[in-house]
Amino acid sequence: MAADTEIKATGGVGEPQHHDSAFLHVSGNARYTDDLPEPTNLLHIALGISHHAHAEIEDIDLQPVLAVEGVVDVLVAADIPGKNNYGPVLDDDPLLSANLVQYAGQPIFAVIAEDVSTARQAVDLAVISYRELEPVLDARTAVAKKSFVLPSKHVVVGNPVEALTQAPRQLSGQTSVGGQDQFYLEGQIAMAVPGEDNNMLVYCSTQHPSEIQHVVAQILKRNSNDVMVECRRMGGGFGGKESQPALLAGIAALAAQKTGRPAKLRLDRDVDMIVTGKRHDFAIDYTAGYSDTGEISVLQLSLASRCGMSADLSGAINDRAMFHCDNAYYLPNADITSHRCKTNTVSNTAFRGFGGPQGMFAIEYVIDDISRALSLDPVDVRRSNFYGINERNITPYKQVIKDNIIHQIFDSLEDSSDYRARRSEIQAFNNKNTQLKRGIAMTPVKFGISFTTTHLNQAGALIHIYNDGTVYLNHGGTEMGQGLFTKVAQVVAHIFQIDMEKIKISATDTAKVPNTSATAASSGSDLNGQAAADAANKIKKRLTKFAAEHFGTDTSSVEFTNNHVKVGSQVLTFNELIKLAYEARTSLSATGFYATPDIHFDQEQFAGQPFYYFAYGAAVSEVVVDLLTGENRLLRADILHDCGKSLNPAIDLGQIEGGFIQGVGWLTTEELHWDTDGILKTHAPSTYKIPTIGDAPVDFRVNILESAENQQETIYRSKAVGEPPLMLALSTFFALRDAIATPANTHPPLAAPATPEAILTASRPEAAP
Amino acid sequence: MSDEIVFILNGELTRVSACDPTRTVLQYLREDLHLTGSKEGCGEGDCGACMVVLAELDDSTQTLNHKAINACIAFLPTLHGKALFTIEALSQSAAEAHPVQRAMVDLDASQCGFCTPGFVMSLFAQYENRVQMSPRDIDDVLSGNLCRCTGYRPIRDAALAVKNYPAAEHAVIDVTREKLIDLQATLGTAPTLTMQTSGRTFSSPATLQALSALVIEKPDAQLLAGGTDIGLWVTKQHRQLENLIYLGNVASLKTIELTETELNLGAAVTWSEAMSAVVSLYPAFADLFTRFASVPIRNTATIGGNIANGSPIGDSMPALIVVGTQLLLRRGDKTRRVALDEFYLDYQKTLLAEGEFVEKIIIPRPRPDQTVAAYKVSKRFDQDISAVCGCFAIELAPETRVISSIKVAFGGMAAIPKRATEVEKKLKSTTWDEAAITQALASFADDFSPIDDMRASADYRLQVAQNLLRRFFVATTQPSALIDVYNYGR
Repeated sequence: MAADTEIKATGGVGEPQHHDSAFLHVSGNARYTDDLPEPTNLLHIALGISHHAHAEIEDIDLQPVLAVEGVVDVLVAADIPGKNNYGPVLDDDPLLSANLVQYAGQPIFAVIAEDVSTARQAVDLAVISYRELEPVLDARTAVAKKSFVLPSKHVVVGNPVEALTQAPRQLSGQTSVGGQDQFYLEGQIAMAVPGEDNNMLVYCSTQHPSEIQHVVAQILKRNSNDVMVECRRMGGGFGGKESQPALLAGIAALAAQKTGRPAKLRLDRDVDMIVTGKRHDFAIDYTAGYSDTGEISVLQLSLASRCGMSADLSGAINDRAMFHCDNAYYLPNADITSHRCKTNTVSNTAFRGFGGPQGMFAIEYVIDDISRALSLDPVDVRRSNFYGINERNITPYKQVIKDNIIHQIFDSLEDSSDYRARRSEIQAFNNKNTQLKRGIAMTPVKFGISFTTTHLNQAGALIHIYNDGTVYLNHGGTEMGQGLFTKVAQVVAHIFQIDMEKIKISATDTAKVPNTSATAASSGSDLNGQAAADAANKIKKRLTKFAAEHFGTDTSSVEFTNNHVKVGSQVLTFNELIKLAYEARTSLSATGFYATPDIHFDQEQFAGQPFYYFAYGAAVSEVVVDLLTGENRLLRADILHDCGKSLNPAIDLGQIEGGFIQGVGWLTTEELHWDTDGILKTHAPSTYKIPTIGDAPVDFRVNILESAENQQETIYRSKAVGEPPLMLALSTFFALRDAIATPANTHPPLAAPATPEAILTASRPEAAP
Repeated sequence: MSDEIVFILNGELTRVSACDPTRTVLQYLREDLHLTGSKEGCGEGDCGACMVVLAELDDSTQTLNHKAINACIAFLPTLHGKALFTIEALSQSAAEAHPVQRAMVDLDASQCGFCTPGFVMSLFAQYENRVQMSPRDIDDVLSGNLCRCTGYRPIRDAALAVKNYPAAEHAVIDVTREKLIDLQATLGTAPTLTMQTSGRTFSSPATLQALSALVIEKPDAQLLAGGTDIGLWVTKQHRQLENLIYLGNVASLKTIELTETELNLGAAVTWSEAMSAVVSLYPAFADLFTRFASVPIRNTATIGGNIANGSPIGDSMPALIVVGTQLLLRRGDKTRRVALDEFYLDYQKTLLAEGEFVEKIIIPRPRPDQTVAAYKVSKRFDQDISAVCGCFAIELAPETRVISSIKVAFGGMAAIPKRATEVEKKLKSTTWDEAAITQALASFADDFSPIDDMRASADYRLQVAQNLLRRFFVATTQPSALIDVYNYGR
């Protein structure tokens, strides 16, 4: 036992470990739901959808579908024994519509066939007659018609009316920000396998296995303990697999129950994009009062989002937009209205940032306008509006910000990015060139961490140690590529001081950890890391007690280090200790649990402490624009981002870079286009353009803020990193606006996404507001 | 004449008989063989999750030439006589990983991992072709692979780092080469295939004569070249294609011939092959061709397919029109030459008579005093379809700068790729100056009334078309002016 116990075990907290599935990814051996071995007798399903945005169904003739060789059965609403709903909050999302269709793409029936091609071909043969109704297609029309999925919300801070009359200057405007398709590379999919005694096993690409379990049980009119849901990994989620997969799981389970055979529903990309929800687009109106130096004294802001035909998660999403329409800025007086518009379009849903990005877009637009009105550098106006450290630190929802580090980040990035010198160099360039213009912008991010629905901030974990010393880890979080499983395994490796390779990371499974929350709100490692730590520490405590008793010493002299355990003067391997503990009949299994402390929120008053802490960051983008076409290129991006004390800098860096580029896509090339009948025309990568490798800036300087321990007692003082970096991309949008602003068009009316067309249109002198 | 598909899959001789002629390679891999490493991300050749690598023998060196292609829109019978590598051909153990796999792991280039096998295969093809890539080359090579997680930086870094890893020793490559040599000896260098499954046929002739006869015999048959559009008729529109005639094995349709006066491209020459030939004559077309779809699409899509398909947004036609390209059409043993700009009659309607097909594309060499340009404008630079594609060719009298010839053609502006004849008339014989441009701008509205769609509005299209003429003017008159946003900063 001469092993060097001074060396650390590999894979502990803070190490830049590779993703645990990295080699499985590059060898094609990582299994996604469609890659699982198919049960014999498997049936395949295709969805029959509405081709009208708003209509009553007069008649459905599915005989031609049933007549196709290989078609086994069809499903319609009447086949649902339980509740015809998969909505996560309200009962307004029918699995299959019986009478009324409220968006083009709404599922009406499902075809069950022996193979995928037959099912998909047969769908086209259905004969459905509709009586068309007038659709409402956009948020502004919905506001005018008072068409809402949920009541509007309104928050007043201070005395905005009086503040506006006293403001030295004021400015009003309106703009809009587009939606965004999640475009996870793996489309939505679920496979249901019926078992004995009413059991239903569902494999599903989902961020929320527990919700799938509950929804499937309700649809089938069974109990939750009849349904088991499993997901090892998703090929991307980004929020699109939070509430949406319940539709697929519900239909697959229904088909499995009706036929008694396993059934799989995998959506073709176009169907996926037509049927499932996206990021909400927002219409924004504002009036701001401010000083000669650009300090905002009052903001009146109206946010109207297109929620689509049902509520889905729109309540919380629009709440989060309200929570982030301050971004990092103090608003002494404010009047904030949020409309949750009902439209005859697909029900919009979660997408990385969950309303936060749209709220931030609004305030950054206002600040940009104020800066331009005053001919001040927007960086100076942003800084002068920042929340203070010990004063000017109360948000519109009455939370006191105690961990503000935006000043430090902004100053540091301004310096390291050479912002000032580049701005003057760009000015000189623009004076010389007529066709190409460059622009630069620096924007901050402050993002609140926690589910704003307080009870969701809980998590569970399950750890077994087998008597050969290997560890089996399970928790309620799901893996969608963000590296959650790796991070949680690092926490467990760290606690036992064993190599990470000794830990088997297992699929998320409702039979192992019950009643989990969605892996969402960036909360994955905060919640599940703590729950796993709780379970690991329980076992470690038992092992410590056992070791002390066994070797006749005190628990304080037991130390876990580098795959070994020191007990007084004894050193034994971790495996040896486990074997001894097992033989002494010590429990080597534990569940863990965590509930975020100190958070509360009063929905009625719209006040409280919804967030446990905030994550911060800032970015500088530099762009070039062609004034003849609006084509543009992101030339350089500098980012400084706060991960607290990073659990895994390699994975966190990936989240920052990936989030940023995804945000750039949202604000530039990713345009969702509906025609005047409400038909989505951008439903495949041929028409919906997410960034390609050539769009990533050649000069991309990304740093994680150092020495930045979370002030709150999060898992090893780390911070959540999933969503916040997406909003760093606001810098790219405002750099584009900067590039096209001229003395004759100081406030180019550029809305997002800033496509070449939007840029060219906004840059025309006659477009000046 | 073979009635079964014979090819080498990951080093194994593989035979398939009686398959649906439009069964895709991806369906075959995933559903029949349960090789699930290749993924379906879009089913239309746009995302690259299904990337596989086709290997063909170089006639002269007898080495393998590797080409990444999209399995989701390739029909299985087109593999006949070829070799295919899927991700499963690469190492299944971390200890023996391929340099591409190692670099991707070491540089944290995967997150969700769903797109990853596709990226690995695209880079594997380059690696095995011994191509050293600059960062710029990497952006081109990977323009057909979408990743939604990483933001691409680590993938770019991994692609650059591959060269620093010890060379791969991959038995499967050598085995494949040997078996492919044997297979071609058996099948002949121009393999033919005729399959019939439940009344649906797939014919792959080897000679022009056989092809001409077939086309006359089956006038309703669908000609299939690269299949990068026809693949979507099957995967997206669920169309049943009764009879397919595959052009990919007709040797004389794959020739590239440069004469004193012109470049002759066989209709089944792929874009990847055509690019260097065309760009060597017309360097100004380089960016347009680099931005034509993506590498895997260019590896299969043919120049004849792009032209005969007649899409109003096909990118080759405006460029080829302004340099005076002609087509050689063949029906039986009769041929005729037509100017490309007269080939299109209306939306997806061409001059082709029943039983007639495009045999050759004839591109004249550049003329003295001629300046050409091709400008593609799309929502996204790479792998996007043009909102507007504007191409120009001008000849100026050296001293007077009087326009002796001008051709202007656009894609995305009408139901067909179309010349701006009114604009040309306004400019012809005038002096190439600001005043002439200003005069000509109004004529765009006479030439075009473009449509509004998800790619661009009619207003934008018209405005950009006019502005591209301005850009061309600046390019020809102020060589030092910065006008190239696509290449800026790269």
